[in-house]
Amino acid sequence: MSYRGCSMSLLRAGAMSTQPTLLRHASRLGSLVSLASLSACSPVVLNPAGDIAKQEASLVVTATLLMLIIIVPVMALTVYFAWKYREKAGARYEPEWHHSTQLELVIWAAPLMIIIALGSLTWVTTHTLDPFRPVSRIAEGKPLAADAKPLEVQVVALDWKWLFIYPEQKIATVNELALPVDRPVHFSISASSVMNSFYVPALAGQIYAMPAMTSELNAVLNKTGTFDGFSANYSGSGFSHMRFKTHGMTDADFDQWVANVAKGGDKDSAGALDTVAYLQLEQPSEKEPVRHFTAVADGLFDKIVNLCVRPGKMCLKDMMALDARGGTGKAGIFNVAALTYDKNGRETTIPVIPGRGGQQADARTKAFVRAICVPDGVKTPVPADAAKLSLASPARTPLS
Amino acid sequence: MASTNLTEQYYDLHEHAHPDGYSTTLGFWIYLMSDCLIFGMLFATFAVLGGNYAGGPAPKDLFELPLVAVNTSLLLFSSITYGFAMIAMQNGSKKGLIGWLILTLCFGLGFLSIELYEFHNLIEEGAGPQRSAFLSAFFTLVGTHGLHVTFGSIWLVTLLFQVGKHGLTEANKRRLSCLSLFWHFLDVVWIGVFTFVYLMGVLR
Amino acid sequence: MIPTHSHWTPLLGRLGPDAIPTEPIVLATFAAVTLGGIALVGALTYFRLWSYLWKEWFTSVDHKKIGIMYMVLGLVMFLRGFADAIMIRSQQALGFGGSDGYLNSHHFDQVFTAHGVIMIFFVAMPFVTGLMNYVVPLQIGARDVSFPFLNNFSFWMTAGGAVLVMLSLFVGEFARTGWLAYPPLSELAYSPDVGVDYYVWSLQVAGVGTTLSGVNLIATIIKLRAPGMGLMKMPVFTWTALVTNILIVAVFPVLTVVLALLGLDRVFHTNFFTNDFGGSPMLYVNLIWIWGHPEVYILVLPVFGVYSEIVSTFCSKRLFGYTSMVYATCVIGILSYSVWLHHFFTMGSGASVNSFFGITTMVISIPTGAKLFNWLFTMFRGRIRFELPMMWTVAFMLTFTIGGMTGVMMAVPAADFVLHNSVFLIAHFHNVIIGGVVWGVFAAINYWWPKAFGFKLNEFWGKVSFWCWVPGFWIAFTPLYMLGFMGVTRRMRVFDASFDAMRIYYWVALFGALLIAAGIGAMLVQFAVSIWKREEYKDESGDIWGGRTLEWATSSPPPEYNFAFTPKVHDIDAWADMKAKGVARPVDGFQDIYMPQGTWAGIVLAGLSTVCGFALIWQVWWLAVVMLVGIVGTAIFHTFNYNRTFYIKADHVAEVEAARTAQLAALEKGAA
Repeated sequence: MSYRGCSMSLLRAGAMSTQPTLLRHASRLGSLVSLASLSACSPVVLNPAGDIAKQEASLVVTATLLMLIIIVPVMALTVYFAWKYREKAGARYEPEWHHSTQLELVIWAAPLMIIIALGSLTWVTTHTLDPFRPVSRIAEGKPLAADAKPLEVQVVALDWKWLFIYPEQKIATVNELALPVDRPVHFSISASSVMNSFYVPALAGQIYAMPAMTSELNAVLNKTGTFDGFSANYSGSGFSHMRFKTHGMTDADFDQWVANVAKGGDKDSAGALDTVAYLQLEQPSEKEPVRHFTAVADGLFDKIVNLCVRPGKMCLKDMMALDARGGTGKAGIFNVAALTYDKNGRETTIPVIPGRGGQQADARTKAFVRAICVPDGVKTPVPADAAKLSLASPARTPLS
Repeated sequence: MASTNLTEQYYDLHEHAHPDGYSTTLGFWIYLMSDCLIFGMLFATFAVLGGNYAGGPAPKDLFELPLVAVNTSLLLFSSITYGFAMIAMQNGSKKGLIGWLILTLCFGLGFLSIELYEFHNLIEEGAGPQRSAFLSAFFTLVGTHGLHVTFGSIWLVTLLFQVGKHGLTEANKRRLSCLSLFWHFLDVVWIGVFTFVYLMGVLR
Repeated sequence: MIPTHSHWTPLLGRLGPDAIPTEPIVLATFAAVTLGGIALVGALTYFRLWSYLWKEWFTSVDHKKIGIMYMVLGLVMFLRGFADAIMIRSQQALGFGGSDGYLNSHHFDQVFTAHGVIMIFFVAMPFVTGLMNYVVPLQIGARDVSFPFLNNFSFWMTAGGAVLVMLSLFVGEFARTGWLAYPPLSELAYSPDVGVDYYVWSLQVAGVGTTLSGVNLIATIIKLRAPGMGLMKMPVFTWTALVTNILIVAVFPVLTVVLALLGLDRVFHTNFFTNDFGGSPMLYVNLIWIWGHPEVYILVLPVFGVYSEIVSTFCSKRLFGYTSMVYATCVIGILSYSVWLHHFFTMGSGASVNSFFGITTMVISIPTGAKLFNWLFTMFRGRIRFELPMMWTVAFMLTFTIGGMTGVMMAVPAADFVLHNSVFLIAHFHNVIIGGVVWGVFAAINYWWPKAFGFKLNEFWGKVSFWCWVPGFWIAFTPLYMLGFMGVTRRMRVFDASFDAMRIYYWVALFGALLIAAGIGAMLVQFAVSIWKREEYKDESGDIWGGRTLEWATSSPPPEYNFAFTPKVHDIDAWADMKAKGVARPVDGFQDIYMPQGTWAGIVLAGLSTVCGFALIWQVWWLAVVMLVGIVGTAIFHTFNYNRTFYIKADHVAEVEAARTAQLAALEKGAA
């Protein structure tokens, strides 16, 4: 279920250049001011390492400066009036003066002007900095090569760790993100269970990672180094530790890193990420160390998004296709299996109880719709040792 | 003397208290509007989730339009009979009022029985509110309406007793008018349910 | 019915010995609360106060007493909510450098959820509802609200919700989801315990009260205004109360529905917001914010009204731009419906949708700004008396402006991408809620206390409280603004090594919170000292500040019937107008006054509802059914009571008014 329509192609052409020059100067000035005052403890949000984040930071500063035009006089006047018209001062007193059309005009018009300026800035930047929109440059003054193809990274928020899949390199990592600098990256982001938010402040603004949906983020990192990334939306008990390091690397270092991960054998290596390994990984855990997977099962991310990694579960897209055709009639009622949960509420074992029986039999049952493309009696491709993790047995009750 | 005039000008010296129930109709309307919002939200929820059958049955597999048509006519008739009850009330006919109210109640209870029968059948078939988001939204929207009719019926029975005991007092008339608003309101909501959920569902 | 707990038994539902928490902090609190409770009950019994409380307060339908009870409820819950705040601050100050702090995640996650829920629903809401209840009927020259019994019932429903939240501390647990309980986290699959059920049912019980109180106050303002008080002659506070209550009636049903659907998901395993079976968590997020954003204005509009009253009173001057103030209020009310999506720009709604909601959000700052200018120009050429209410108002004007600015910063979607969910956001909304709502409530308490009780609040301790609160607030939240720029996110329990340099900011914030604690302490002392020395601080004039609106036209505290004769209104500031014209108070010709009678029904119905909520939380179905039958039965029984009013005899009115006449005469003599 891709959560997103298309972006405005009209505005795709104009990047930050559509921003009025005055504002750009103002924002540069602002960056200096704010950096000077905050440099004591690195304000990564205002001084990031990626072009998108940089534009967002300058937007924060520009918006602030625009508002200060009205905020500063208001605050100054408040203090001044409070002092000048205090009772003891005996300043001019006009108890019946309560209306002035000109003044009213000013107090409505002045904020209106500011908001018109800020509103236009908002309209433009919301489109140019739309996370779903491919980046249009590497950095200020560094145009994108005509044949530049972004690096694809698939991000999955798990309980409570991050899985990064590099589909082109066919590797995956847990709690470690490596990116080549000055190359656009396209993230596809989802989650296994609950809502999280994918945020690397040095790289770009955040976007939510939500189960059964894919959100996207386009960004580019311009500096080598190590940066913090984390979930910015509370997601349960392990949330505080749901952090990862992002490594900005040169192209050569990145290739080397990919090769090392693919080769396996280092201390973080955890073999291949197949369905079984994923279902194991998906179980809730905290403070997970970095892990490198030498290979990734084909289409894993797609299955994660469609909530059907577990063999025998109907994929959401199939379900939606069926629904769009009007469902499966009354026969479909019983095409349901059930999972049970341990005392923490996480799914562990899976006796298959068809139909309503599942809801009556066990107090902590959670049911799911069975894939109807798994033929009756066919062994699902799950090794025996994973039986307790995945569907214990294939669907026994045929579609009635 | 001037000051007495001023006092009279600035104080209501011959005030008449607001009659009982001075704000009741307005207050009840405001309450109905908030209730209307509850239904609005449930309709919106149904609009969003109504097509999510989760690989299960769709409206056309489940709904029996003839039964729903009977149900709808029962409720519509109950609105008409309530109308006659109000006319009887205005004519001061306690007997007529009670007669029409009992008829209204019968229609209401008939409506509820058929709804319960429908729910029972669906759940027996396995198409309970757990089966899909569509069914969750369906049961909740229709069930909430049904709950309202149930409370309306309880209220109606209460009023029957009160009219029987105290006759057509101002207070009772006011209460009957409020229930009248409530009853017609439920009728209007049901027309929405019938069109939006049943008819359009089967057409979908 | 599907039991969802392996320990479920028909008799006790999910209740079992494991429902009693074992964490030492909770146990100690439990012990303290129990001992305190026993002491309180003992004292009330010893001094034979039960029947007084029952007759004069619990069953009272007098809007003034109900208003005061709302304020007491708000204050009690404020202490609880603030205890949570101190726990959050100290855990975050301690959880550095590999330390786990002193709260585990099971406890900490409940604390921040409870803090948010309590502060919004059971502190801010009772405070503003209490103020509106007390002041609005007086300001419009009415004897009570339109539906006095409903008013009593509404209060007790709010209190019932608060009782359920407090109960979760000792029986079971509270939600660990954050204050808006986003699914799927709040679904049964990820929150199988009773925490979210406490959340759902306590808010449902309280929500009924809030909605009905909204209906009540709208009807009151529309129907019961004194003769001559056209809409454009209403005091500004009454105007803001009207818009607020319209907002309440228009959005609380949305909250009711969304919580009911979540409750159905949890109890009946429906699939509204689940991941499987076609549910949609995004639907929840949208619905809850369609309620949630207007809710912000429900809280802040009444205090805007408070500030308006205070500014014009203490500047001894008519409010500047009454008409534009009224229109600004209405515009804010309408616009508040069109901005909800700005709470989730980061969920990928697309650029055009995000822009739309960003711009509508900014547009709200125009009427808000106009209001600020109106207060500013009321001060202009005024004669400002810096009594406590005015001090809070100036502090508000300076603080709220900054809060408004940081709010507009986050209304720019692309800027919000870097600030959303950060502690910058935390600083922003505390900036507007503390700097706006909470201080407004303090200003209002200092302003109307003499009206409610007939004596002024102690100034010294009030100033101590003020000077702890205002710097305390800035010391507590400026570090959070700064931390937001360092990419620190909210709801963190422990901080790994990469945060080490930021520890100092959390310590400063904790220090600020402790200063605020001192401010709260000083305020409690202020109340105690004032009550102790109430003779010394007595105000007999009934118009201690030189007020301009009708509540100051009667005695302090006002008689049960508010006004012996209903005033007739000719100008915006009706009382100022009467004073200017030298209108003499009528001293004879009193009539019988028709008044509503107290009733037990409100507190009993709300009590049954609270027990019903408890039964639903623990899935004790038989009890829930019994309570439901009890509620319906009691309500029906109550409708058989036709005698809900009585007359205050003219003799009695004459007696009270004669005493008042004598009091005023003595005052005048003393002055001369």
